[in-house]
This record gives sequence, structure tokens and C-alpha cells, in this order.
Amino acid sequence: MSGILKIALKLLVNDRSKFIALLVGITFAVFLMIMMMSMFSGILSRSSASVYNVGAKIWVMDPAVNNATSSIPMPDYVLSNARSIEGVKYAVPIYFGNALVKLKSGAYQAVSVVGLDDATLYGRPELIEGKIEDIYAESAFFVVKDAEFKKLENPVIGTEFEINDHRGVVVGLAKVASGGLFGIPTVYTTYNRAITYIPSMRFTTSYILIEPKSEADIPFIQQQIKKLGYQALTRDQFVQKISDFYTYQTGMGMNVLMMTAISFIVGLSISGQTFYTFILENMERFGALKAIGAKGHELITMILFQASFTALLGYGLGVGLASGLMILAKLRLPSYAAQVTYTNLTFAFVMVLIMAGVSSYIGVRKVLQIQPFDIFRG
Amino acid sequence: MGNVAIKAKALIKWFGEGETKTTAVKGASFEANFGELLYIVGPSGSGKTTLLSMISGILKPNEGSVLVEGKDIWQMKSDDIADLRLHKIGFVFQDYHLFPRLTTVENVAIPLILKKMDWDKALNVALEYLEIVGLKDRAKLQPVKLSGGEQQRVAIARAIAGKPDILIFDEPTASLDGDTGRKIVEFIKTKILNPDRCVIIVTHDSRIYEYADSIMKMEDGNIIGFEPQHIIVTHEK
Repeated sequence: MSGILKIALKLLVNDRSKFIALLVGITFAVFLMIMMMSMFSGILSRSSASVYNVGAKIWVMDPAVNNATSSIPMPDYVLSNARSIEGVKYAVPIYFGNALVKLKSGAYQAVSVVGLDDATLYGRPELIEGKIEDIYAESAFFVVKDAEFKKLENPVIGTEFEINDHRGVVVGLAKVASGGLFGIPTVYTTYNRAITYIPSMRFTTSYILIEPKSEADIPFIQQQIKKLGYQALTRDQFVQKISDFYTYQTGMGMNVLMMTAISFIVGLSISGQTFYTFILENMERFGALKAIGAKGHELITMILFQASFTALLGYGLGVGLASGLMILAKLRLPSYAAQVTYTNLTFAFVMVLIMAGVSSYIGVRKVLQIQPFDIFRG
Repeated sequence: MGNVAIKAKALIKWFGEGETKTTAVKGASFEANFGELLYIVGPSGSGKTTLLSMISGILKPNEGSVLVEGKDIWQMKSDDIADLRLHKIGFVFQDYHLFPRLTTVENVAIPLILKKMDWDKALNVALEYLEIVGLKDRAKLQPVKLSGGEQQRVAIARAIAGKPDILIFDEPTASLDGDTGRKIVEFIKTKILNPDRCVIIVTHDSRIYEYADSIMKMEDGNIIGFEPQHIIVTHEK
């Protein structure tokens, strides 16, 4: 580190109260921004859990569908047509629905039911206990062992329950990549059993899952499905659609945006004000440095360094604090929906850079205005 | 190096415009030589500090020129003037303007650091200058822990650490008691002044006049006289 930066650092750090106030301001702002964005990211990620967990490359749905759990059943001819499209390797139906489970204790628990295509079991979860072929046994269900698992009173293989007044038996425990958003357990069974157990409309296919022969076939498949009046989306497109729904149509996105903006403004106010006071209090020193022979660009470097150092340290502390809190929360609440993403970190970083930039700009303007003559005049 | 350290020619400086226009220096010309301790004296508001600022490259005159070692400083670019201040001129401000968040030795090292000297080396050199002013044992203390006289000496050490040819003191005894003030000026005269250095002191403390080689008197922006007669003083309007 050059000598001039060392002086800048000592001027900053040795002014304990200001330095701590600056750090607290930026740390607090980063903490709030990261927390808000992480919670939102977590919610978005959970809202697309089914899409990630099933893992199909193409999802066919009614165009009015805006999130995975609110499917609109499609008639069987869509499946037949999908299978006949050039470039489709295979296409299978999948069922998504909800049911009430009566547990051994007599308590009722809502569950999310996924019905897998009987022939292929396409989209099946990874089993951690049990055998896949047992799904074909009478009244067989797999239970996902996630954060919501205990709500089913921690069933084991062989545990019986009632589902919509039908008998159900746990034949396997499964794990999935991501838990759902709504805090209810998930069970898997075959498509036919699902539509038998759960009351439904005339049409029963929630989605059609398509495996294309190659990536290049996807646009053509999408075109052909569109001609049928339906929509074929790749996994990423479907996730984006769900994300857009929660962001723009539920008010959630605006709330998060507002909270993030408020956090930014609070951080900017605290850091800007404190840094400005710091500069004002050190005006004479900067003037003395100028009189001694420091050039304008050296003083600018000092101020930029002071602002950047504080901002980056505050950023690190803020990210650390937010991550720590999330880890603690997840230890206590396994279904806690928050995740730190690179996008969040980058966004918060840019915001912090803006804070540092604005604070520096105010400081630089002030310092460049001071004339060494003012120091002589006292 | 020639004998003339600073040559001021017909310096005029005014502040404000129209009815608020005030002329602080009304045409000052003089020369200050190496090896000389020159006082600029006069009552408050006489233009001493303004004149000092113009000859040290801090305040641009409205008219006139300042030659430092033969170069007209006000024809230079601002960065070059800053360089000149850093390499040729040392300042001891009236209020010292020490950095309270730095230690004494770090304060003294500032001009060396501005000259891009390595941090550790600068501190070692600064320590030598603290020894010259008798404050080596105070090196690690912050300036606020020092007495007024000691702070003054730290400011002197900082000013001479850059090995300037010209040293400028603004009211060096203003906030010191008579005895400490005299000791400081004695120290300047015996330890700081040398044949290759010119020292200019702005003061209105008559108790220290006896140490001056030359005294230039100012009043209402004019140079009104000088003692002794060998100093070249002109008064041009």
C-alpha cells in the first residue's frame, strides 16, 4: 500500500466513532438488502421447486398457467398430438394436485400429490429408502423426506394413512432438489392412482413432459404445440414465467424492491452524512496537505480509498451478517426460504459502490474547494 | 544556487468585486536571500498573510510576479506549483495543523510520503528530524498529548523533513508564552537557518524581533519600511 493510502487509512480508522458509524450504516444497509433479496430469491426458487424436481426439458401447459401448482388440466388429444410431433423423443403426462391426508393420530394434513406416468415414471424423485417398483403396489406412495416430512408424523415404509378417504401406504422415502413454497409435504404416486384418488375435472393431465430428440428440435416442438392452442416451455422458460408471475403480478416483487430501495436510501443517508461530516472535520488536514504539496488527484485518491475501504468492509460484514442469520434461521426452521445468490451479491455490491461513489463525490467536491490559503488565514 | 531565494515584484491582491472589493496587498516588491531570517511584521489586517501566501505559491496574485530561485511560480501549472511547494518550501502554520489521528513521527513523515518515499524509510527519516527538535521520545504519541511548544517543534520537524530551501512560519509564537516563544525562535535561528536556506517569519510579536536578520514592515497592504537598510524593499502602486 502506498504511503498516501496508509495516511488515508489511518485518518479514517483512527477516527473510531466516525469509522464505526460509517461501517454500521453500510453494514446495516447491505444486511437489509441481502436479506430482502435473498428471501425473495428463496421464495422464487421454492415456487419453481416442482419444475426443478421433475427435471423435464419441455413442459406443455395451458397458456393461462402462471405457476407450477396452479395447473389447468388439458385434454388427452394434446398428449397424442405431442407424441406425434417430429423431434419428440417421448411425451408423458404428469399430474399435480392437492389432497387431505388423515394421519394415524387422527389429524388431517394437506399434501401435494404428484402423479407420475405409469409406464415410465418420468420425473420420479431419488429414493433414499424403498424400491422404485413398489410404486406399482396397491395404494403405494413415496413420501418426500424434506423439511415438511415431520408434518406427516415421520412415516416409515409400511406406514398407512388415509388420503381423500382412500387407503395409502408408504412404500418409499424420497429426496428432491428443492422443497415447495407452501409448507406442505409432498407425496408421489402413479398418474392413474392420483387421478383416481383425487377428484378432478373431465381433463386430468396437469402438464405434458416432453423429451426432445435434440436441443435443435425445441423451437419446432414449441411451434407445433402453439398451433394446438397450448404452450410448450423449456424448463428455464417455465421457471422465468413463474418468477415473473410472483415478481410482477403478486405485489411481492414491488414490496421487495421498495424495501431494498429503502435499505439503500438508509445506508446511503447514514454513510453519506457520516462521510461528509468526516470530510468536513478533516478539511483543515486536507488543506494542510494541499499546502504542503499534495496534488488534487492524490487527495481524490485518498478520499476514494477511504470511501471504498469502508464500503467494501461494510459490504463484507453485511453479507456475513445476513448469511449468518440465514444459517441460524435454517438450523431452527429447515423450510426457511432464503438463499444468497450471485445476483443478490452483485446487486448489493453495485449498490454499495454507488453509496461509496456518492459519499466520495461529496467529499471530493468539498476537498477540491478548500484552498491552502484558508489554512493560512485560520 | 544564487543568493536570492524569493523575489517578489509589484504584487497586488484584492478580494471581492465592486463595492466589496478590498485590496489586501497593494504592490509589494522585495527580495529574500538564502541564509537570511526575514520577518514580515505588521498589525492584523496589514496583508502579511496574503503576501506570504502569494510568495509561497498558495494564493495567486492579481498582478505582479514571484520568482523562486529564478522561476516565476505563477507561470507554472498548478501541479508544478504543488511540486515546488513540496520540494522547495516548508510551512509551519500558526495553528500547526498537525494530524491528530497520526502519531508524531507519522506527522513529520508526511512531506516524505508525499515525495513517494517508502513508508518505513520515511518514518526512520522523520525520527531523525524529531531528534533534531528534541522530541524523539515523543515519536509514538499523538500530537494532542504534547504541549503547545512541543507541537510547534513537531510542526517545524515536519516542515524541515522535506529539506526545503525556503521555510515559512506564520505567527510561530502567537500561541506560546514569551519564554517558549523565544526558545522556538532561537532554535530556528541556530538549528534551522543555514546558508542554503531562507527563513521567513510572519509575526507581530515584538518580543522576538531581536532574532531577525531583516524586518519588513507592512501596514494597510503596503510595505512601509524595513530594517536594516540592506534588504531591498520597494513600494510600487
